[in-house]
Amino acid sequence: MGLLAKAPAEAVARYWSALDRAPAFEWLRRPEVGGVMVRGRMGGTGAAFNMGEMTVTRCTLKLGAGGAVGHAYVQGRDKAKAEQAALIDALMQTDAAADVQARVLRPLAGELTAARDTRAAKAAATKVEFFTMVRGED
Amino acid sequence: MYVAVKGGERAIDNAHAWLAEERRGDTGVAELSIAQIREQLALAVNRVMAEGSLYDPDLAALAIKQSRGDLIEAIFLIRAYRTTLPRIGNSNPVDTGAMACDRRISATFKDAPGGQVLGPTFDYTHRLLDFKLAAEGEVPAAPTTDPRRDPTPHITEFLNRDGLIETDTPDDSTPPDLTREPLEFPANRALRLQSLTRGDEGFVLGMAYSTQRGYGRNHPFVGEMRVGRVAVEMDIPELGFAIEIGEVQLTECETVNQFTGSKTEPPQFTRGYGLTFGHCERKAISMALVDRALRWEELGEDNVGAPAQDEEFVLSHSDNIQATGFLEHIKLPHYVDFQSELELVRKLRAEVAASTRQEAAE
Repeated sequence: MGLLAKAPAEAVARYWSALDRAPAFEWLRRPEVGGVMVRGRMGGTGAAFNMGEMTVTRCTLKLGAGGAVGHAYVQGRDKAKAEQAALIDALMQTDAAADVQARVLRPLAGELTAARDTRAAKAAATKVEFFTMVRGED
Repeated sequence: MYVAVKGGERAIDNAHAWLAEERRGDTGVAELSIAQIREQLALAVNRVMAEGSLYDPDLAALAIKQSRGDLIEAIFLIRAYRTTLPRIGNSNPVDTGAMACDRRISATFKDAPGGQVLGPTFDYTHRLLDFKLAAEGEVPAAPTTDPRRDPTPHITEFLNRDGLIETDTPDDSTPPDLTREPLEFPANRALRLQSLTRGDEGFVLGMAYSTQRGYGRNHPFVGEMRVGRVAVEMDIPELGFAIEIGEVQLTECETVNQFTGSKTEPPQFTRGYGLTFGHCERKAISMALVDRALRWEELGEDNVGAPAQDEEFVLSHSDNIQATGFLEHIKLPHYVDFQSELELVRKLRAEVAASTRQEAAE
């Protein structure tokens, strides 16, 4: 669920449509956009304080076949993404789990790791290498 | 007597129609897209998110477009939108120690574990206008090298080991929220930090600068500043455990400040803290300096009467939406108020003139 929350809507939609499964479902809670108050800690480690909110879309649905319940809490205001994430969550509780894992979650995780590594690789290239000028006789 | 005056609907409608046209500007020039603003004016977007107190880059970009680049107007739009959102919940405190850092520098320790990582910075640029940007062209790819995947430790941990700096111990009690309860004084540190992180960058910068110039000096070093992404986790009631609900870019600044000790504390370094949404370095450093200045009482320091030590002064004036709301309302019609002032001045002048005539007669 964390993976689906963080992944770009475009990527979730791409893997979802490639999966080519459109199970029948009913809404238990239709997609709803809201705010979550993000907290930080004083000094990074101390007491909590409120920083500000972020937009989040949540929904809950139940598959027609089998009745598995899927939840989604995804960053942003994209209701289609929330629906796809909840369907994926529900399918992960069915015998389609291995297929969804292999064709949606694993490649999605790969994309996120690659994007993160690309930034980290650029950051690493800006790391300062200090050198010391040797002065004097000894 | 109170007389209600109506009118101006047509003028207002026409003014807003013209505003829309002026916003678009010369139609011979391509229109800005939300994605262009989000990607290419990212620091403006970050400021609007930080002071609008809502992390959503697309909404912030839309607000900047709608406000014609007036960032305080854009922040106003975001604050207004924010109030329409149902509150789904509160996140667990973010773990900035696990941040995927784009940038991480320390002005106090050259050889900090994890290194001095400059990231995409304006520092060390010559501040000369780059006319190449006026021409269209491809940007060469940024160089890369082996990425670091381990978390980057906080610098203050190293000072903590020797007890040379005050410790911030974890405390998960529910912090007060000034978006729910009106701000009251004395405010605790959690409220002060919430207020400062959404405060006006210019105001917080000015307050911080005043401490550097001597009005409540607190001798800060930037122990560490880091910019990067952290996951946001929230407890989900229907699941019974916490999941990641997204990822936000943050700027964190920790200052290390001189402290000579007090009756109860041995001499040790003290800390100021700044944390903002997005990449907002100036704001994060300013916030840390002002946070430290406002802590004078709990650290047993003297109140030297500096503005940055006066929490009521700082927190009551740091919010640019409150400030601009009150300031700009005076340009709206005050015909009746002014009429009464006019009557009063005329009456006083008449009295003065009458008494002058009387004196002359005597």
